[in-house]
Amino acid sequence: MPAKEEIFENIQAVLVEALGVDEEDVTQEATLVGDLGAESIDFLDIVFRMEKAFDIKIPRGELFPEDVLTNPDYVQDGKVTEAGLEELKKRMPFADLEKFAENPVVQDFGNLLTVADMCRFIESKVEVTD
Amino acid sequence: MRWYWIDRFVEFESGRYARAVKNISLAEDHLHDHFPYRPIMPSSLVIEGLAQTGGLLVCEYNDFAEKVVLAKVSRARFHCEAVPGDTLTYTATLESIKEEGATVKATSHKGDDLHAEAEIMFAHLNDPRLGRLFDPRTFLHMMRLLGAFDVGHDRNGGPLRPPAQLVEAARAAGPPEHP
Repeated sequence: MPAKEEIFENIQAVLVEALGVDEEDVTQEATLVGDLGAESIDFLDIVFRMEKAFDIKIPRGELFPEDVLTNPDYVQDGKVTEAGLEELKKRMPFADLEKFAENPVVQDFGNLLTVADMCRFIESKVEVTD
Repeated sequence: MRWYWIDRFVEFESGRYARAVKNISLAEDHLHDHFPYRPIMPSSLVIEGLAQTGGLLVCEYNDFAEKVVLAKVSRARFHCEAVPGDTLTYTATLESIKEEGATVKATSHKGDDLHAEAEIMFAHLNDPRLGRLFDPRTFLHMMRLLGAFDVGHDRNGGPLRPPAQLVEAARAAGPPEHP
């Protein structure tokens, strides 16, 4: 059962391998897309590596609820609706969605995920010792 | 289609790994530009050969029902040159596979010497409009030509056979076009 520090270090290693960045760049507050340069295909690579590193399964849509972002019930005029935001919060309890909620443009959604969000996601899936 | 960067499968173990050979020949036109008077197998085409070896392994896993594309080469390292007269042996090992795609670790050997190694990721496309790009006749033809069904084994250890739905889809698509 890993400690929070160990989880962070493993995620650092995953992101270094998947994105080709330096370890120092992978801080808790760094955004995957904006700061670390992740592109959409990198997310699949990151999921594969996290599954291997933590010996877990990450079903489609669990980290990134693409089905919500493409559902006409939850998105209107390129922005996520109130109902959509509620659904996102339910599906992504590990993510801090406050900033996104201020201007919920669908295109910007990918930019909000931080390294800290990834750590919280993994913590919710493994038994953490602290 | 003549974009073959492997010549034949020597092993094909469904769901596990595949091994193919690539013979490098002075008859390959591009070698005389790469480079003039010093023909060297381009690394990009080695990567393509590794991707073909691994990609067909990934395709076969789901009986060619998924649209598999090369999505990312996370790592590629080359340790020596490969030149005309060499036979490269490519080994692709399936690391993981899920609904969205698969990852493969691949190596290229010149005899016993490690020539190159790569980590390759494939994605399963889910846009139905792309179906036309993935002609079942092409895959059936490729697998037969490359000898996959001569050396291959299915997941029970029995001889590898063309998946029934692939044969049926190829038949429905009509007579094969000129290769």
